[in-house]
Amino acid sequence: MRIPCPFCGERDVNEFAYLGAADTERPDPNARDAAVRFYEAVYLRDNPAGPHNELWYHSYGCRSWLRITRDTLTHEILRVQIGDAH
Amino acid sequence: MRYSLFSLLRQTLSQHRGWAPAWRDAVPKPAYDVIIVGGGGHGLATAYYLAKVHGIRNVAVLEKRYIGSGNAGRNTTIIRSNYLLPGNNPFYEWSMRLWEGLEQDLNYNTMVSQRGVLNLYHSVAQRDAYARRGNAMLMHGVDAELLDTEGVRKMLPFLDFENARFPVLGGLLQRRGGTARHDAVVWGYARAASDLGVDIVQNCEVTGFIREGERIVGVETSRGPIRAARTGLAVAGNTSRVASMAGLRLPIESHVLQAFVSEAIKPFIDCVVTLGAGHFYLSQSDKGGLVFGGDIDGYNSYAQRGNLPTVEHVCESGMALIPALGRVRMLRSWGGIMDMSMDGSPIIDRTPIEGLYLNAGWCYGGFKATPASGWCFAHLLATEQAYPVARAYRLDRFASGHLIDENGRGAQPNLH
Repeated sequence: MRIPCPFCGERDVNEFAYLGAADTERPDPNARDAAVRFYEAVYLRDNPAGPHNELWYHSYGCRSWLRITRDTLTHEILRVQIGDAH
Repeated sequence: MRYSLFSLLRQTLSQHRGWAPAWRDAVPKPAYDVIIVGGGGHGLATAYYLAKVHGIRNVAVLEKRYIGSGNAGRNTTIIRSNYLLPGNNPFYEWSMRLWEGLEQDLNYNTMVSQRGVLNLYHSVAQRDAYARRGNAMLMHGVDAELLDTEGVRKMLPFLDFENARFPVLGGLLQRRGGTARHDAVVWGYARAASDLGVDIVQNCEVTGFIREGERIVGVETSRGPIRAARTGLAVAGNTSRVASMAGLRLPIESHVLQAFVSEAIKPFIDCVVTLGAGHFYLSQSDKGGLVFGGDIDGYNSYAQRGNLPTVEHVCESGMALIPALGRVRMLRSWGGIMDMSMDGSPIIDRTPIEGLYLNAGWCYGGFKATPASGWCFAHLLATEQAYPVARAYRLDRFASGHLIDENGRGAQPNLH
């Protein structure tokens, strides 16, 4: 698997560290239902078979956080964005 | 037909023409008392113990392909019960005790071989951690021995004891651990369950659930609807996909774990050995191949194949421990899809949906758990109560904070 880093070009997956699903937002700790929302954000995952939005860190490259859409059935990289792009 | 020396002799005289198929390949009925989704070791063991222990014989095991075609056929066949935490240890020890009597119970040669599982340590701090784990095992009635360098050297003289970075200082040995034949476990449970009246339905993929109000009363499948009062999921690797059809979101990620086998060589290693400095485990199959593996690749995957960096990492770990491996050719590698739970421990519990029960989250420790997982899931399906040794494997433990995190690594599934 190779990941096309927007800054470094196509690089081996070995240079990257994986964090997991990119769609979990940190909940508002002051919200009335904060405990439930933190439980959902920390523990529950959609875990789809198919396109999956996830966060990767180019630790042996430019040290950028990347937001990547990857097909979990084929490992095909469908889209790469820099980490803070929404 | 009961397998015995007598039946073997009789078949020999008739040139082995009289062997019947080991189990019935059943056509699904419209309704059952219990449906088990997933024809791997766990699902078949569940059906067997439902029929044998609880007398519930109107049971179907639904398998989307052929039985044992998933993780039951993709593991490294290691059995052990060398766990630290009180939530885990009694469960895996119960599994070990079931392994010890499995062949007589099933009347099937599952090739259980208690050749010993040796976890090596490479630093003084790691020795202390292993001593603690060994003491926890002893206090739970599990066998454990702490070996020093010389104790390990007597067993495995070919290790790289003087490795500059990770010298082998000793190991924690569980002599009762070992290996079992994965396919035989599947076939043995299938045969024994089928003999008791369980329907094993292959090529039958679950495509949805049948609901009545809030309750689940059966499944839609590629072979038509099948109804049941209780439906149990034992589909590790694909739990999130199947549960999502019922609207459940679970504390599970699916990851790929690779395993490897070398060409067959003469007897080389007579136990299971694991590297403590990385993640590498090795044993030798009865055919002579060295069976080994390491870490999961570390990213979500349903692909049943991994990538080369993990292959390189596993082989490097093997070479660091056993330099002689450099002369052996690797024959095959394959990947299985692991249900990685958020604390590294499994789930055997009811779900918030009436009629739906869950057996999931086995991470990469599912094979050794097969007998106890089936035993405890059957108990849950039959009685609605958790079997005592599986009481900690609740689905709501993530919300309540009662996690069973054997490695202390937090909610990061690719680190468990």
